[in-house]
Amino acid sequence: MSTTQTVQESDTAPVAQVATPQNDVAPGGTTITDAPPENVKMKGENVDVFYGDKQALFGINLDVGERQVTSLIGPSGCGKSTFLRCLNRMNDTIDIARMEGKITIGQQDIYDPSIDVVELRARVGMVFQKPNPFPKSIFENIAYGPRIHGLADNKTDLEEIVVGSLQKAGLFEEVKDRLDAPGTGLSGGQQQRLCIARAIATSPEVMLMDEPCSALDPIATAKVEELIDELRENFTIVIVTHSMQQAARVSQRTAFFHLGILVEVGATDQIFTNPRDSRTRDYITGRFG
Amino acid sequence: MTDIASASPSATGLHTSDAARRRLKARYASEFRFKLYGIAAVFTAAMFLVLLLSTIVGQALPAFLSHQVTIPVDLSQEVLDPNNEGESVLRRANYDAVVRDGIRSLYPFAESRDDQRTVSSLISSGSAVRVREAVLNDPETLMGQTSFTVPLDDVADLYFKDLISDEQRVVPTGIASPTGTQGTIQVLSTANDFRDLLADVKDFLAEQADGVERELAAKERSLERAGLDLDSYRTRLPDAPEGRSDFFESQIGILERGIVSLGRDIENLTEELADLRTRSNAAGADEVLSRQLPSILVEINGGVVKASRISATGIEGEVIIPLESTADAAGGEWSIREIVLPERNRQLDDRSLVYLDQLAGQDRVERTFNTVFFSSGASREAELAGIWGAVVGSFFTMVVTLALAFPLGVAAAIYLEEFAPKNRLTQIIEVNINNLAAVPSIVFGLLGLAVFLNVFGMPRSAPIVGGMVLALMTLPTIIIASRAALRAVPPSIREGALGVGASKLQTVLHHVLPLAMPGILTGTIIGMAQALGETAPLLMIGMVAFIVDVPSTPLDPSTVMPVQIFMWADFPEVLFRQKTSAAILVLLAFLITMNALAVILRKRFERRW
Repeated sequence: MSTTQTVQESDTAPVAQVATPQNDVAPGGTTITDAPPENVKMKGENVDVFYGDKQALFGINLDVGERQVTSLIGPSGCGKSTFLRCLNRMNDTIDIARMEGKITIGQQDIYDPSIDVVELRARVGMVFQKPNPFPKSIFENIAYGPRIHGLADNKTDLEEIVVGSLQKAGLFEEVKDRLDAPGTGLSGGQQQRLCIARAIATSPEVMLMDEPCSALDPIATAKVEELIDELRENFTIVIVTHSMQQAARVSQRTAFFHLGILVEVGATDQIFTNPRDSRTRDYITGRFG
Repeated sequence: MTDIASASPSATGLHTSDAARRRLKARYASEFRFKLYGIAAVFTAAMFLVLLLSTIVGQALPAFLSHQVTIPVDLSQEVLDPNNEGESVLRRANYDAVVRDGIRSLYPFAESRDDQRTVSSLISSGSAVRVREAVLNDPETLMGQTSFTVPLDDVADLYFKDLISDEQRVVPTGIASPTGTQGTIQVLSTANDFRDLLADVKDFLAEQADGVERELAAKERSLERAGLDLDSYRTRLPDAPEGRSDFFESQIGILERGIVSLGRDIENLTEELADLRTRSNAAGADEVLSRQLPSILVEINGGVVKASRISATGIEGEVIIPLESTADAAGGEWSIREIVLPERNRQLDDRSLVYLDQLAGQDRVERTFNTVFFSSGASREAELAGIWGAVVGSFFTMVVTLALAFPLGVAAAIYLEEFAPKNRLTQIIEVNINNLAAVPSIVFGLLGLAVFLNVFGMPRSAPIVGGMVLALMTLPTIIIASRAALRAVPPSIREGALGVGASKLQTVLHHVLPLAMPGILTGTIIGMAQALGETAPLLMIGMVAFIVDVPSTPLDPSTVMPVQIFMWADFPEVLFRQKTSAAILVLLAFLITMNALAVILRKRFERRW
């Protein structure tokens, strides 16, 4: 993909800072403060990511529990978005990105050559930081995924999927009269929920959310958080957020990244009330980051 | 910097001190100057554009009108096909004679061969061909018809557009009496009606004398120089170095001969000058008119006399159109015309001019919109030349160019931008595409000549080859514009599509390409406009040939608009000059239409994201 995107990516990807982790804990030395989730949906084992010569992630081991919300927190450039984008191989689109280690969904290695990346992305949907509806109608925005995957046999089925997705995303009541209106004409919060509905429409198993509320006002944020909480019943969700309150509100498990290292992971209550690692404590009490 | 800091003791004064205000003022002044430069630049550009357009439009307007004349013709069965043998005979009938007899029948008095030739040259030499075509197309209606409308010759056409010469009309007061109705006659007036004209002629002679004087002075100077050179060669001849004396002698010979001929010239010119001076100074004396002097025509008793000798009260001259009688004519019933430009400097002689006036007087001449220009192909006859062949040729060429360059260019751009790995090879390709865009267009013409014509043996002068050459030229433009348009599509759209599991090709075709389309189309149209105006490469593949027929397929030989303009601009006829401008206008109209199309397509495809 284009060079501009590479530059943009390196904003979120740690480049300079990660060169030498200076802490006493060696790369990969994660403090795990709870028992692993009962049903592990996705699993990262010793994940290293490089952007060219720069290493962005150091030996990440993280389990993502099924039907629960896992939040990734940490200061800017700590590698949380990089890790998230590894989960549906979105980093493949960056020429200089290289990944080592193993990530599995169920029992399958998603970087295995036999895995079709299109199929993987249908199973692992994604919602981005900035709402990015297609410049098409609301209906088309949602119908696009099911159509290319052949999920609907006829128009009625397709309409059912669209309406169902919009309902699940809590957007249906607001847009039911104007499904033909352009998706880009909606407000920021509505656009983000439209993107969530678009992700839901292909019935993924896992949904990745990369700071889904960072471009939204508090009211829209509240709606999206409520939605995430509801979606947990059907989907496995991994969310990257800068807001610790948000992580505390929506997630069951929290992972704290710092300088490309997964520092601490555990039950959300545990992390926010009684962090084990000093760096986690400093971050959540606002001493840095 | 340091003195600024010391000059502002307190922080509050830093931006309010006198020095700071002066700086601010200087800043505004420079902004104002910059604005002025901008306005001046825009104004200059606009002025040149207006100048350009007004010149072209002014030149072109006469070409959009043409004059036609209705002549009697004998298209009867006996003339064309006496034995009723059908088309084969109709095809071979002597239409030249039909047309020639038709126009000559209007001038029964033109009996000499010269006069008859003058009469025939009034109408276009393509008239017979037009009559023939009309008869062959529709023998039923045209057989037996007694009149036919044919185009006038280009010079005659210009005369009716008032583009040949200024003329003055003197309204006489005296009673004129002609001495005859034919041949050389005198027309004498009872008043001094010719006095002013005579004075004009004398002024003209004085001007001519001034011209001769200048020429004489120049000759005398050359004579002097030649004499000096001759002297110098002569003095140096005895001491000439070995082997150079031959050269010196030959130079002396040349100079001597030159001096003799210069002397003769000077003698002649001196005589001519003396003659002109005496004539111009002899106010009121009779004057002999020649082709170098303005023409004076007297219209009297339904006839026209061309003056060869003029006095204050009358003329002697040759009758061009016979007079009806030798009766006296009162002041308002006859008139005198002066054609200011001397006959020698005109394309239309006095006789043709008088004949044309007679045609107009009989209401046989009509001014119509020039349909010939928009419906026929090239011709050596200015009045028959049209742009349509070139328009069709350009159209076919553009179709071929678009059909080749657009899909190839867009596909190449998509591959390079979205799929190709970023490595040394693609970098080399990229640099070469950029270089290709800067290659002079004539090089593509050479390539077309060497490869398409000589290796592949494709037809010469054909729009298909022209289109292929121009497609090569346009390709880099389209690729570069398309890549820029693809790059401008926000990455979030690609991520969104990839995020719902679209494949790379689906992402590009369903989302990226539609958004890039306005930019791609704009680039394409710019490339096409460039190709439409291109001349040089097409010259190389033979599209400069003289082709009369309008092409009916891209394989037929043809020319294109810019090449047609180039060819017409080379012709000396005034009407071709006007048609050149008119063709430029047609080309501009094409370009504007294409650009308008680009704007409309942009608006249609443009969507926000």
